[in-house]
Amino acid sequence: MKSRNHPPEHPDIAALKLRALNLRRLMLDMASGKGEGYIAQGLGIADCLAALYFHELRYDPAAPDWSDRDRFVLSTGHYAIAMYAVLAEAGYLPIRELASYGLNGSRLPMSTFDDTPGIEMVGGSLGHGLGQSVGMAIGLRLDGSSARVFNELSDGELQEGSTWEAAMGAATFKLDNLVAVIDCNGIQADGPVTVKIDPVADKFIAFGWEAVEIDGNDMQALVTALGNAREANGRPKAIVLRTLPGKGVPTLERRERAHFVRVANDEWDLLKTELETHHG
Amino acid sequence: MAEVAQTTAGRTRGMGELIDVEGKTTEIAPFGTTLAALAAERPEIVGLTADMGRYSDILPFRDAFPSRFFNVGMAEQDLIMIAAGLSKVGKIAYCTTYSVFITRRAYDFVAIACAHSKANVKIFAGMPGLVNGYGATHQATEDLNMMRGIADLTIIDPCDATELKQVVRAVADIPGTVYVRSLRGKVPVELNADYRFELGKAKVLREGSAVGIISCGYMSMRARDAADIAAGQGVDAAVLHVGTIKPFDRDGVVAFAAGFDRLIVAENHKTTGGLASLVVEALYDAGIMTPMIKIGLADSFFECGSQEYLEAKYEVDLPRFVRAILENR
Repeated sequence: MKSRNHPPEHPDIAALKLRALNLRRLMLDMASGKGEGYIAQGLGIADCLAALYFHELRYDPAAPDWSDRDRFVLSTGHYAIAMYAVLAEAGYLPIRELASYGLNGSRLPMSTFDDTPGIEMVGGSLGHGLGQSVGMAIGLRLDGSSARVFNELSDGELQEGSTWEAAMGAATFKLDNLVAVIDCNGIQADGPVTVKIDPVADKFIAFGWEAVEIDGNDMQALVTALGNAREANGRPKAIVLRTLPGKGVPTLERRERAHFVRVANDEWDLLKTELETHHG
Repeated sequence: MAEVAQTTAGRTRGMGELIDVEGKTTEIAPFGTTLAALAAERPEIVGLTADMGRYSDILPFRDAFPSRFFNVGMAEQDLIMIAAGLSKVGKIAYCTTYSVFITRRAYDFVAIACAHSKANVKIFAGMPGLVNGYGATHQATEDLNMMRGIADLTIIDPCDATELKQVVRAVADIPGTVYVRSLRGKVPVELNADYRFELGKAKVLREGSAVGIISCGYMSMRARDAADIAAGQGVDAAVLHVGTIKPFDRDGVVAFAAGFDRLIVAENHKTTGGLASLVVEALYDAGIMTPMIKIGLADSFFECGSQEYLEAKYEVDLPRFVRAILENR
């Protein structure tokens, strides 16, 4: 996969959905190999990653350091399983390497490090991604680059005050080359999101951003929102995604404690069967 | 916050300026003027502050390169994150605010977004130690202790304008993240023109035979002043300036210390966790148990007040140095 051009005007929604399905398959393979993981979040964000990597972003997996690439900054380092799936699907990583997910000595650790090809930031300490994305967006604009910066962050992460420092900075510096995709899946480590954060889009609008809230598992809504976010109007853009943890695998969708999933060895095949049965 | 602080002598000086300027040649804003000159040669340099541009001396850079200067407001975490992000797209980010706000407030961001990420971020942290008279909220008296705990972080504590200017240039070519205890305002020019800052190398600033003083930051200047006074009374002290705190020059410190029966370690910092601790660790590992006087701050929070008042009260002033050299206490 090589995408150095602007995205097509008429995206192939069916093809993008198939990409998302492939990402989910890869994630289940990784999680079953390790026996555990942050699989629910990964399944929830799969549609967004498919829309980004196979429609919106400009990049070249053969040249991970291409200076004019669009940056995708994953702030929630524990979503690593989803990143490795999409980086493999996009050609940054060999598919066979995914089997090393989370193993000792692997370059695919359970929380992202920036020495993995295609990973732009050391993830894991929440509240870091938006601010670093602001810095990247300022620097790219300073160089006259047309590259844009896309930062994924999560609803739980909005509890980190540093995120709001960065949100103010992005508006102050008029960073219309910055897009935040905010994964609101309603969960955090101890269970459901504990601190009231809604209305998320209105908060970003009040901070000087453009913001829209969509169903983060609706491919058409995703590509439309990403298309609208291209407007160079002096304002950073926020796309608030309402996603379903475990999306595509009903057993995981119904699971109450979804932040970190452990499944008995003999149950992974059942989950994979559910994915194949329920997709679409 | 008033720009001008009243001193006990009734004269005025800029907030956070050193008191050791009486009768000395000084240079105004050596950090900012050097950065502006360097940035003319290095287009990849950008400058940032968190609402402390005036008090960190970065304004000469802002005035020379307004499009490369960013004031992020009172948001130190954001300051460090943005600097890290700028580094990821090829910039060398010089950022400034007070030492306390960088270290206590933005620690995780310095550790992970910068040091762990090998970000080309150069932090010039103003008013370290007791240089600020606004009390414990503004006095970074444990910053060396905190920052030395971060892997892959370089830490520099320059002693005068000459060294600070060399450090501003040197850090542009030191890979990764650097934390510098900066000096602002009228900064004494005390080192000879042939002095050369070398990363990780302690330097003998004064030869002597009776007692060895190991010091860092502007305390090295005070140590030299005190040694000159003590020499007039027949006690000859040597001064080793440890300009780089990390990587620490263990070999240089051990070699220097081995030549003396008495040692003094002096720092603008608590005597726990900073230079004295580093020296003790190095000497113990080398089997050296020489008696040592530690000049520095107690493990406490400190008052508001003029620098003269605070340094006398907490016993890090010139008379304290002279007494330590002459009277061995």
